[in-house]
Amino acid sequence: MVPVSYYLILSGILFSCGVIGFLIKRNIITIFICIELMLNGVNLSFVAFAAQWQHLSGQVFVFFVMVVAAAEATVGLAIIIAVFRTRETLNVDHVNLLKL
Amino acid sequence: MTPSLHLWLIPILPLIGAAINGFFGRRLSRQTVCAVALTFCGAAFLMGLYVAARFSSLELPHAEYLGHWIRSGNFMVNFEFYLDQLTLVMLLVVTGVGFLIHIYSVGYMWEEGGFYRFFSYLNLFMFFMLTLVLAGNYLQMFIGWEGVGLASYLLIGFWFTKDSAASAGKKAFIVNRIGDFGFLIALFLLIKHFGSLNFSQVFSSIAQQPAETAGVGLLTSIGLLLMVGAAGKSAQIPLYVWLPDAMEGPTPVSALIHAATMVTAGVYMVARSHVIFEHAPNALTVVAIIGTLTALFAATIGIAQTDIKKVLAYSTVSQLGYMFMACGVAAYSAGIFHLMTHAFFKGLLFLAAGSVIHAVGGEQDMRKMGGLRQYIPWTFMTMTAATFAIAGFPPFAGFFSKDEILARAYEANPAYWFIGVTTAFITSFYMFRLWFMTFFGDYRGREAAQHSHAPAHGHGHGGHGDPHESPMIMLVPLMILAVLSVIGGWVGIGGRFEHFLSPVFGEGATAVATEALSRSTEITLIVISVAAAVLGFYLAYVLYLKRPELPQKIADSLGGLYQAVVNKYYVDEIYADLFVKPLVDGSTRILWHGVDQGVIDAAINDTADGARHVSDSARQMQSGNVRSYAGWVAVGGAVIIAYMIWMGVR
Amino acid sequence: MLHLVLFLVFGAICVAGAINLLVQSHPISSALSLVVVMASLAVEYLLLGAEFVAAVQVIVYAGAVMVLFVFVIMLLNAGVEERTKGSQVALVLGIPGVLAGGLLVAWVLIERTGTATVGLGALPGFPKTIGNLLFHDFLLPFELTSVLVLIAIMGAVVLASRPEPKNPEKES
Repeated sequence: MVPVSYYLILSGILFSCGVIGFLIKRNIITIFICIELMLNGVNLSFVAFAAQWQHLSGQVFVFFVMVVAAAEATVGLAIIIAVFRTRETLNVDHVNLLKL
Repeated sequence: MTPSLHLWLIPILPLIGAAINGFFGRRLSRQTVCAVALTFCGAAFLMGLYVAARFSSLELPHAEYLGHWIRSGNFMVNFEFYLDQLTLVMLLVVTGVGFLIHIYSVGYMWEEGGFYRFFSYLNLFMFFMLTLVLAGNYLQMFIGWEGVGLASYLLIGFWFTKDSAASAGKKAFIVNRIGDFGFLIALFLLIKHFGSLNFSQVFSSIAQQPAETAGVGLLTSIGLLLMVGAAGKSAQIPLYVWLPDAMEGPTPVSALIHAATMVTAGVYMVARSHVIFEHAPNALTVVAIIGTLTALFAATIGIAQTDIKKVLAYSTVSQLGYMFMACGVAAYSAGIFHLMTHAFFKGLLFLAAGSVIHAVGGEQDMRKMGGLRQYIPWTFMTMTAATFAIAGFPPFAGFFSKDEILARAYEANPAYWFIGVTTAFITSFYMFRLWFMTFFGDYRGREAAQHSHAPAHGHGHGGHGDPHESPMIMLVPLMILAVLSVIGGWVGIGGRFEHFLSPVFGEGATAVATEALSRSTEITLIVISVAAAVLGFYLAYVLYLKRPELPQKIADSLGGLYQAVVNKYYVDEIYADLFVKPLVDGSTRILWHGVDQGVIDAAINDTADGARHVSDSARQMQSGNVRSYAGWVAVGGAVIIAYMIWMGVR
Repeated sequence: MLHLVLFLVFGAICVAGAINLLVQSHPISSALSLVVVMASLAVEYLLLGAEFVAAVQVIVYAGAVMVLFVFVIMLLNAGVEERTKGSQVALVLGIPGVLAGGLLVAWVLIERTGTATVGLGALPGFPKTIGNLLFHDFLLPFELTSVLVLIAIMGAVVLASRPEPKNPEKES
C-alpha cells in the first residue's frame, strides 16, 4: 500500500527534471529529449490518479498522450533536420534570427 | 417720427467699393478700379450732402435702428445709427476730404504696383470711419475704431516689402491696441454700471448723477480710460510714437488717415462723451493737460526735422494737442471747429507735400529741395495758403479756430493759454521754415542727385533732371482744399459754428464765455496770437532765407540739447528699452523656451521618448533565444499556479 | 511491503536516469538515459496494474520513439555539445521558477490526496477493457489521433526531404 502522494512526488520530480533540462541544455535534440521526459512524468501521474479513483479513462488518456508524443517527436525531429541543413549547427543559441 | 434716411447706406457704399476692388481688382484695368473707388466714395459724399439738405426737417438727435446684435439677459446692443449736428460735421468732413483725397490718389499712385489694393484699402478705411462717426452706441463705434486702426496698418505697410514700412505698420497697430485696451475697459465699466452702451441711454443715465469732483470715482475712471483710448488713436502723449513712423505710407494715406480723419476719431469720441467728462472734471483736467503738453512737445520736435513729411507729422500731433486742450476746457465746439479746419489745411499740406515729393522724383529731405516755386507754381500757391492757415494768420481758416481755442483756454487757466501761444509761435516758425526751405533759395537737389539717388518712397524716378509740376488730377483737389483753407474758418465768425453745435454740447459753455471774457481782453489775445505767428514767420525768414548759415551755428552752440531734439528726445529708444525689450525677452525666455518648448513640446516629446524607452526595455525579451523564452514561461507558469492556489485557498 | 520496496527501487532508477540525462554532455547518452527512465516507468505502471499501458510504453515509446531519436542523433552526427553563453533568464529565473512551481503543485496535490493509498495492481488495465473504452467511449479521439499520425507522417516527409535541384536550363 503505497500512498498516492508518493507517485505524485515521483511524477513531479521527473517533470521538474525535464523542465530544468530544457532550460540548461544547449543541444536541440537534448532539449527535445527533455520534453519527452516531461511527458513521461505526466503520464505517471495520470495512471496514479486513475488507480486512486478507479477510473480507467486515466489509462486511456495515457495512451493518447503517447500517440501524440510520437507524432510530435516525428515532426519535431524532421524540423531539426531541416534546421541543421540550413544552419549547420545544433546549438540552440545560434538559432536566434527571430530577434528584435 | 421722421422717416428713415437710410443712414446705413453711407458706410456700406464704400464697403461695396472695397469688396469689388479687393476681390476683382486684380483683373480689372486701372481705369475701372479708379472708377469703382471714386464712384462709391463719391456716392457716400453725395448721401452726406443729402442728409445735410434734409437736416433742418429732422427731429434731432435722429436715431436709426437697423437690427439687433447682442442680446444677453438685460444687456442689449443693436446696430444703430445716430445723427446730430456733431455727426453731420464729421460726416461732411470725412466724406468730403476723403473724396478729394481719393481723386488725388488716382494721380499719385498711378504708376505704383498694387493699385487696386490701395483703393480697396482706402474704401475700406472710409467704411470703418463712417461706421465710427455714425455709430449709435459705443460698441459700434469701437468696430469703426478698430477698423480704422486695421486700415491704417494696411495702408502704412502698403509697400510691405520694405522693412521700415512693415515695422511702421506694426508699430501703429500695436500702439493703437494699447489705447484700445483702455477704451475696452471703459466700455466694460459702462456696461457694468449702466447696463447699456447706447449713447442716448448712457448719457441720460449719467446726466442724472452728480458730478464727481473729489478724487477718482467711477465716471472719472471711465473718462480717463476713454482718454487712454483717444491718446492711442489720436497720437497724444504717451502713445504718439506711431504717427511719425506712419509717414512710411504713401502720402495720400498720411493726408487722409493721419491728418484729416482717423487721428481725429479720438477728439470726436471725447466730444461725443462730453456728458461723461462734464461729470468728471478731474478727468477733463487730465485731458487738457495731456493736450497742452503734447502740443508743445511735438512742436519742439518739429523744429529740427529735415524730412518734409516728418515735420507735418509732428505738426499733426501738435495740432491734435490743441483739439484736446479745447475739449479739456469744455470748449468742445472749438475743438471740433479746429478739427474741421485742420482737416482742410493739414490735408492740403500733406497732399501738396506729396506733390512736391512727386516733383523732385521721390526726395523727401528738405535740405535737398529749395527754390521750387518757379518749377511747381500751383503746388507752391496752394501750399502757401495752407501754411498761412496753420500758422494762424487772419483771415485764413486756422486763425479763427485756433483763436477760439486760445480764448477759451485763457478763461479756464492762463497757463494753458500761455503754452498755447508759445506753441503757436513755434508752429508758425517750423511751418515757415518748411516753406522757405522747400520753395525759396536755390535748388539744392541737383548736386545731391549727382551724389546719390535716394528715393525715400516707392516712386524711384531718381534724378530726372528738373522738377516738374504734378498732373491736373492731383492739382484740382489741392486747389479745392486751398479754397477751403481760406474760407473754411469764416463759419466761425460771430459764433455761428458754436451756435450750430450748441444743441449737442449745451449752451452752458458759451454762456460762461461771453460773460467772462470782455471785448478788450479778447482783442488783446487775438493781437498777441497774431503777433506770435508773425514772429515765427520773421524768425524763419531770417534763419532760412537771409542768413542760412545761422541755423547750423545755433545748432552747434546748443550741442546736446539740439541733439536731443533732433533725436525726438530719444522717446522711441526709451520705450524700446523700458517696454519692448523686456517684453520680447520675457516672451522669448518664458513663453517660448519655457512654456512652448519646455512644457508643451516637452510633454509630447517626452511622451514619445517614454514610449520608446518602455518598448526598448520590453524588446530585450525578444532575443531569439529559445531558452530564455522557456525560462519566462516557467516563471510565468509558477506565478499563475501560485495565484490560483492563493485564490483557491482564500 | 513488497509494493513499497518495488516502488522505491524503480523510482530511484527513474530519478537516477533523469539526473543522468541532465548531467551527460553527449546527446546519445541522454537518449539512452531516457530509455532507462522509460523502462523503469513501465514497471511503475505495472505496479499500478496498468498492463496495457506498460506494454505500449515499452513497445512504442521506448522502442520506436527513442529509436527514432537515436537514429537522428547518429544521422546528424551530433557531438558533445559545446558550452555557449546562452541566456541568463533561463538560468536565473527559470530554474527557481520551475522549482517553485513544482513545489507548489506537489504541495497542493499531496494535501488533496491526503492519506489515500493504492494497492499493488490497484486498477487492472486489461487490453480488453481498454479496447472497449477506446472503441466505444473514446472513439472520436481515437479516430482523430489516427488522422494526427497521418498528418505527422506527411509533415515529416515534407520537412525532412531534400530540396529539389533546380534545372538551370528552365525556360521562364
